[in-house]
Amino acid sequence: MQRGKGMKFVGDSRVKANGRMVNQPKDYSEYPGKTEAFWPDFLLKEWMVGAVFLIGYLLLTVAHPSPLEGPADPTNASYIPLPDWYFLFLYQLLKYTYASGPYNIIGAIIIPGLAIGALILMPFLDKGPERRPSKRPIPTALMVLAVAAMFYLTWESVVNHDWEAAKAQGAITDKHLGLLPDVEIDETAPGYEIYQAQASCVGCHGGDLAGAGGPMLLGNELTAEEVAEVIVNGRGGMPAGAFQGTDEELQQLAEFIASLKEAE
Amino acid sequence: MLNKIYDWVDERLDITPIWRDIADHEVPEHVNPAHHFSAFVYCFGGLTFFVTVIQILSGMFLTMYYVPDVENAWKSVYYLQNEVAFGEIVRGMHHWGASLVIVMMFLHTLRVFFTGSYKKPRELNWIVGVLIFCVMLGLGFTGYLLPWDMKALFATKVGLEIAGSVPFLGDLIKILLAGDAEIIGAQTLTRFFAIHVFFLPAALFALLAAHFIMIRRQGISGPL
Repeated sequence: MQRGKGMKFVGDSRVKANGRMVNQPKDYSEYPGKTEAFWPDFLLKEWMVGAVFLIGYLLLTVAHPSPLEGPADPTNASYIPLPDWYFLFLYQLLKYTYASGPYNIIGAIIIPGLAIGALILMPFLDKGPERRPSKRPIPTALMVLAVAAMFYLTWESVVNHDWEAAKAQGAITDKHLGLLPDVEIDETAPGYEIYQAQASCVGCHGGDLAGAGGPMLLGNELTAEEVAEVIVNGRGGMPAGAFQGTDEELQQLAEFIASLKEAE
Repeated sequence: MLNKIYDWVDERLDITPIWRDIADHEVPEHVNPAHHFSAFVYCFGGLTFFVTVIQILSGMFLTMYYVPDVENAWKSVYYLQNEVAFGEIVRGMHHWGASLVIVMMFLHTLRVFFTGSYKKPRELNWIVGVLIFCVMLGLGFTGYLLPWDMKALFATKVGLEIAGSVPFLGDLIKILLAGDAEIIGAQTLTRFFAIHVFFLPAALFALLAAHFIMIRRQGISGPL
């Protein structure tokens, strides 16, 4: 055999190029019109299309940073799930009566299965020689219907989703960033009201107890007695005698602060 | 100099026919947007491949920082997004590329459908194309879990419930994907990572190779 630079392989087992053209469609030069060499003329044009596309792609990337919600918390039972947008139509389908609950199998398996099955078998379902959409009305109509249904379902899913609530439920908080210990604040405790009423407390330790100039009170490791002692006598940069109120209020405040222990 | 290197290799490996198969062909008028602007619809397949290449490259860079572990996955993504130089851009390209690949592939599928290009002799290439579509959806589904944030976890939960509702095989499929019949946790994350980074890309490369070999062999379908 004679190929390339004219070299011969010993024991050549490659498929011969000769006669390969028999299985190929007609050469494009047999169609009226102007053909163009792929390399380098047409590739340069494709390259330019790609460059324009890439600019749009990069603008999108820069204008809209990819979203990231708070870390996964399987114990959160109130989270409203939402798949990525290209699965929304399937997700919406499962909300209709005859595609959910006892009929779940219809919406989850049968309808998507039929759609994918029909799509993959398309060349064998539509065997006629006609290629123009207008000359094969049934496949065309079914595809238009399927695409319209996908658009409709996606639209329905988007307008029925509570985007405000979704944004709030997924927000990254200081706690996620390891800045706040996991503390339950009992806002009904009398000590909480006393704390909020003391300008000197809030000024340094913050209205959210997470510290503001002064140290964070959340997750402290003091007992109520120790807290009361610090409030009365001061500690480090904290002045003594800043607390304004009765001894009973001091006791309630100390108990409240001591209750801000990190959950195990 | 380059010619000499080429000749040296060609003399031993006969690479000229390979080059010819890849690049030496005529592009017909009806698919050339320079002749008919409406022929831009023939660009969708190429653009899908373009975005796929970007997905592969950006994904390779993402794995330099990403940790597939429930303790650290979210933290590594947060760090990548906020601390690493250009991390936001690389992750952004991977995130938006995932959507663009679906859009472009959908448009490409519609173009092939409405031009009747799946008909004889191109049936096999159509089937391979639909399989590529399925692999891409699988990549989208598995990749969505990897940042291990709230939306990822709960979307995956729904997806796995759907997979689990397949008759007879549902539980097996769910256990195969999630690593457990009930828990979506450490096992699920590592399995989704493995599927997203090794299994599905391997399948994708094989299918893409078949797709391109077939299109080179059969040529693009003629004008309507």
